[in-house]
Amino acid sequence: MAAALHDQTVAQLAAALRAREVSAVELARHFLGRIERHAGLGAFLATDEAVTLAQARAADARLTQGGAPLLAGVPLAHKDIFVTRDFPTTAGSLMLKGYRSPFDSAVVSKLADQGMVCLGKLNCDEFAMGSSNENSAYGPARNPWNPGRVPGGSSGGSAAAVAARLVPAATGTDTGGSIRQPASFCGLTGIKPTYGRASRHGMIAFASSLDQAGPMARTAEDCALLLSSMCGPDPDRDATSLDVPAEDFTRALDGRLDGLRIGVPREFFGEGLASGVRAAIDAALAELEKLGARRVAISLPRTELAIPVYYVIAPAEASSNLARFDGVKFGHRAKDYADLEDMYKRTRAEGFGDEVQRRIMTGTYVLSHGYYDAYYLQAQKLRRMIADDFQRAFQDCDVIAGPVAPTVAWALGAHGQDPLADYLADIYTLPASLAGLPGMSVPAGFGEDGLPVGLQLIGNYLQEGRLLNVAHRLQQATDFHLRAPEGF
Amino acid sequence: MSLTPTDIDRIAHLARLALPEQQRERMLTRLNGFFGIVETMRAVDTQGVLPLAHPLAAIQDVQLRLREDVASEPDQREANQRNAPAVEAGLFLVPRVIE
Amino acid sequence: MTAPKLIQGYEVVIGFETHAQLRTQSKIFSRAATAFGAEPNTQACAVDLALPGTLPVMNREAVQCAIKLGLALGSRIAPRSVFARKNYFYPDLPKGYQISQFEIPVVQGGEVSFFLGDEKRTVRLVRAHLEEDAGKSLHEDFHGQSGIDLNRAGTPLLEIVTEPDMRSSAEAVAYAKELHKIVTWIGVCDGNMQEGSFRCDANVSVRKPGQSLGTRREIKNLNSFKFMQQAIDYEIRWQIEEIEDGRAIQQATVLFDPDTGETRAMRTKEDSADYRYFPDPDLPPLCISEQWIEETRGLMPELPRKMAERLVTDHGLPEYDATTLTQSPAMAAYFEAAARASGAPKLASNWIMGEVSKRLNAEEIGIDAAKVPAAQLARLIGRVQDGTLSNAAARQVFDALWSGESGDVDALIEAKGLRQMNDTGALEKIIDEVIAANPGNVEQFKAGKDKAFNALVGQVMKASQGTANPAQVNALLRARLGA
Repeated sequence: MAAALHDQTVAQLAAALRAREVSAVELARHFLGRIERHAGLGAFLATDEAVTLAQARAADARLTQGGAPLLAGVPLAHKDIFVTRDFPTTAGSLMLKGYRSPFDSAVVSKLADQGMVCLGKLNCDEFAMGSSNENSAYGPARNPWNPGRVPGGSSGGSAAAVAARLVPAATGTDTGGSIRQPASFCGLTGIKPTYGRASRHGMIAFASSLDQAGPMARTAEDCALLLSSMCGPDPDRDATSLDVPAEDFTRALDGRLDGLRIGVPREFFGEGLASGVRAAIDAALAELEKLGARRVAISLPRTELAIPVYYVIAPAEASSNLARFDGVKFGHRAKDYADLEDMYKRTRAEGFGDEVQRRIMTGTYVLSHGYYDAYYLQAQKLRRMIADDFQRAFQDCDVIAGPVAPTVAWALGAHGQDPLADYLADIYTLPASLAGLPGMSVPAGFGEDGLPVGLQLIGNYLQEGRLLNVAHRLQQATDFHLRAPEGF
Repeated sequence: MSLTPTDIDRIAHLARLALPEQQRERMLTRLNGFFGIVETMRAVDTQGVLPLAHPLAAIQDVQLRLREDVASEPDQREANQRNAPAVEAGLFLVPRVIE
Repeated sequence: MTAPKLIQGYEVVIGFETHAQLRTQSKIFSRAATAFGAEPNTQACAVDLALPGTLPVMNREAVQCAIKLGLALGSRIAPRSVFARKNYFYPDLPKGYQISQFEIPVVQGGEVSFFLGDEKRTVRLVRAHLEEDAGKSLHEDFHGQSGIDLNRAGTPLLEIVTEPDMRSSAEAVAYAKELHKIVTWIGVCDGNMQEGSFRCDANVSVRKPGQSLGTRREIKNLNSFKFMQQAIDYEIRWQIEEIEDGRAIQQATVLFDPDTGETRAMRTKEDSADYRYFPDPDLPPLCISEQWIEETRGLMPELPRKMAERLVTDHGLPEYDATTLTQSPAMAAYFEAAARASGAPKLASNWIMGEVSKRLNAEEIGIDAAKVPAAQLARLIGRVQDGTLSNAAARQVFDALWSGESGDVDALIEAKGLRQMNDTGALEKIIDEVIAANPGNVEQFKAGKDKAFNALVGQVMKASQGTANPAQVNALLRARLGA
């Protein structure tokens, strides 16, 4: 073994397992030990040694027999938004404390079918609503690069765990940037596929027309491996699942970038962009040019509008999706109440945190009588215009590139007095979410205070392979993705 | 667009969220701040633009897929009710529903 | 059209919303079974319970039912319709919203025609849309709590909405019965009102003629035709009384209490609920092709109204009879079989409307349980037509067939000696004997008393043990008496 087990990539571990250089049980124990040692990071919400080792033993048996699936024995962990039978699922909320799903998410099943071993459930912003993992009812997750900083959100636990090498890869979900932004803040590679590419069955719904599952790992190759398994049609369980066959995203990784047109939207490089971030992005773009790509100036004129549009649509859908949490069939129920109405109101006020309640309120408002046309309908129309803007841009370029976020990770509590600051920081990731386009974050170096900066790549529909290809080539020319935070 | 305390009460009721007195003020401030951002959106001319409810509809015709009418779900009452706050005789119990 | 009947000077305006449960195996958005009467929550799967992470998947058969209904009602079937969420909190609504259709329903327009007495009426439909049913609340005391059974949650429904075209409770019930007939006839609904398969909400308002529409109150969940009429009548009287007493009608949802015969407002739903409808992001638009519609058209049975019209036109049956004979597919099939086999549709109709219906009603059974199969009835009719049996004798044979004494018409005729005497020679002989034996009646008849003639006919019939052909007796007797 060249490097420590936890410094290996998924691809490397898979190979080592197949070669029987290491066993699944060994790996599981190794990572479980690290998880325990670094509990202060707040990355994990649940572990279960017995369950994990049972999965590992099963993987080892298959590896011994031969004919084991590709990723047999490789550990991973799931964002606590994915329901699992073998672990509790909380969605980062008190509303689901102790909840045990009778079924597994599609994504969880698919990765389990590949033989992956689940180490546990990862912290996240409550019901995936947030950009810092400070909205979790179970405490914040911390950025391993600087534990006084946020890891990003909502997939903060996933990012923290992978960056600290507590797990070689993790699943996340991205509604407005919740994979890309934490990947950027924690120096990871993460990808949100085209809307509908991965089944949403078993993914606790936040904003139905925006939510997508995706992998977070340290390399584009690892992401390609996981994404290939995570994607695929699921018409029996998710009506929004695309009728597009599963694809092996590893096949096109090594393609050359000669002549690749990289669209750089001028709206992504405005005043709000921190200079350290700008520098890292510029350097990354220069690297891509060295690999044969060509920069093309483009415009996404409605970039800023993406913020109000998203923050009308997402809370609206969420307010409806979260109505099922009423204390009747599952989840939290208040202890004391006078009658049914009182039970509902107390249960929901107790079960939901502040940010979730705020979004339910705004969502309810924009759908309410008299306001629907001016807010929700208007937002959906602007959404189409934003999607059309991208199509126009893609006539002049093959891939769009820019920053993921205007800054590096901020300090824990820094946005406490002004939650709207979180919203505004989503500016670069929201447009692709609204359009349903695939988006990626690739480590591009470091910005202010030595904190990681991610390069965002946005592709046209179903172009995940191309994004992974660009990311992979960049990673062959740079080593940012291999850096590790100290102390882990 | 400025929300009033009455608006807050109405919305909180629609959303079935208990909002104690102290929190109502804070919620009002927060929401009004939020709507400050949202106002920019309202002024944009969207005449003739169709709403985009399903993202891929931007480039293709998105249609509802239909499944065959087969009752294949077995009785899994026990597993499904495992997380229920109050169950008796297979029924979910709730405070009395008055019609 | 005759002017609507006024009640105490007020015109009544009624519109209906009917929820018909669709005859599918599985639910509209999940694969749980829809069978009635299962143990609580044994037919409520994860999707029906709205467990976190569950999503709806559309049942093709429910759409097929909608297409059939649209064709039966002469509606426009939308090539593209949208599912919307209707958001509200109630324990029997697991998701906290009902998936329904709002702005763009699958079926648009259409009409239902029926007879109210002799008059043909047509009620226009606004729309029919697909949606899911809610669960049930059981109010037996569980220590002061209610028990929620979600078996019914997710059962497919078609909500059928009329224009406020009805002007009396009788018309409303006639409409409901015709709609009931249609949905059961085309097989989209089993029509079992006791089990809740067909539920009507009546929107009732009153106004002085010429005034704009009055405020309406909605009577919910009427699931029997008898109670429907009672409830609407009470509501009309109640509203008129309120107005006459100077009080304005408040919009409200009311329930009918069959024990008291009164309608009573439900706990008022504050300022007409804000359902915050928006297109369901989990369900892309439903697209129905012309081809699918045409294929379905080919599968449709002849509709009852069309068939009734055909019976009137082709066989000269009265409207009323034609409507009765097309009250159900089973009845229509029985009639068709009897009419075809006997070649005598009018007689078949008379027998079914008469003797058959009388016994079905008395024994409270349906035509499918009739103890005389259509083929036997046809044979019986044949024997009346060819003169073998008089009508009276035929009824005797029918009795015997129905009671199961025998299944063979001819064997019964022989066994009971019911063969009609068609031999005029023998008949004349009897007539002579009767005339000779009843000089008094003959006198009276000749003096102009017709009753005496009937008495003589009666004597002849008796002497022939009922086998004489009454028409022949009549003719021969008159001839003999020189009348």
